Amino acid sequence: MTINKQQYRYLLRLGDNALVLGQRLCEWIGHAPVLEEELATANVALDLIGQATAWLELAAARRGDGVDADRLAFHRDVMDFQNVLLVEQPNGDYAHTIARQFFFDAFHYPLLEQLACSQDEQVAGIAAKAVKEARYHLRRSGEWVIRLGDGTEESHQRMQQAVDALWMYTGEMLAADELDQAMLAQGLGADLAQAAKAWQGYVDEVLAEATLTRPSQKWMQQGGKQGRHSEHLGYLLAEMQFLPRAYPDARW
Amino acid sequence: MRAGSQASERRPSVELIRQWLESVADPEIPVLTIGDLGVLQDVRWEDDRLVVTITPTYSGCPAMQTIRTDIVATLRARGVEPVQVLERHAPAWTTDWMSDEGKRKLREYGIAPPEGRPASRAVLFGAPAQPACPRCGSRESEQLSEFGSTACKAHYRCKSCLEPFDYFKCI
Repeated sequence: MTINKQQYRYLLRLGDNALVLGQRLCEWIGHAPVLEEELATANVALDLIGQATAWLELAAARRGDGVDADRLAFHRDVMDFQNVLLVEQPNGDYAHTIARQFFFDAFHYPLLEQLACSQDEQVAGIAAKAVKEARYHLRRSGEWVIRLGDGTEESHQRMQQAVDALWMYTGEMLAADELDQAMLAQGLGADLAQAAKAWQGYVDEVLAEATLTRPSQKWMQQGGKQGRHSEHLGYLLAEMQFLPRAYPDARW
Repeated sequence: MRAGSQASERRPSVELIRQWLESVADPEIPVLTIGDLGVLQDVRWEDDRLVVTITPTYSGCPAMQTIRTDIVATLRARGVEPVQVLERHAPAWTTDWMSDEGKRKLREYGIAPPEGRPASRAVLFGAPAQPACPRCGSRESEQLSEFGSTACKAHYRCKSCLEPFDYFKCI
């Protein structure tokens, strides 16, 4: 792979994580358990979709063949998406949504902290903006894990079930593959070992405070970063991409 | 060449254009202008084209689209065309760029202005801020939700006068 092609794929990972999770969160609009949480969920989604736009614009520029961010978001097929499996998991009950959000935020924040110091100025610029948002997301999702985990008997039980169910999707975010290593060596990407250390710290702290048990399961599901997705992503894309694919000339 | 130099003599100065643009209102908090917010970054002529640079408050702030349109419309009404509006992400926008005048206007409008320093790592899981109620001034406030009516605000309630209010978050 040429350097630009590598950068393109790495930027797609960043953009696709934000885009797919943002789209998932939008599914709560009109259905959230309370009004305040509906607003909060929609605002987190808005931040993520804004970040996705910035990453995908940069990815398109590095690809250099005239595609734009919308083309990448709406006209790629499921195998071409590079997001981690965690973010495409269905919303489930609110505990599942919060667990997914917390596991992602606890990774996203330290990742962006590092990318804000990337030697690639454009990457550093987008990350420096996004890291402020991710910090706030982590604060919110962490507090909800604590509130639900250390809440009623039922909320505790549901939060524990959600943590257990999503645990196997947390491994691939934190494990560097060849592309992660190449981008780190180039000075553009982040050191995932360092992000993993921060992730463990946040997760241990919050689960303990929430009186939840840290799952002991070691086996981790992988493949999203390489384009091998769960069946859930196809349905999400079908809904998200329908309009621009059915009416390619439609203008906003 | 001669026609070009005559055109540049006629065109308004960057300082004057800045004054015009600083009055463009934020579509979601109409008491604030893009000057008050610190969103307006740079105005410059590139040949006969005016280039305006703005920095979004949040990555996905939906107001940016409207602000772009309003900038172009304001300038067109003054006879300035063509205009290019660029978005710049770095350095990232911070509430430190909000003017004191802007903070005063926010408070009068019923939104508690940002207080103190942008959140640091240390306060990641700490207690939320306790902004003064914009109506009665009491510091006895509690956070109801980390997000209010827009991404840039959190939702609070005053425990003294019992009124709910939005707090412009410090970032």
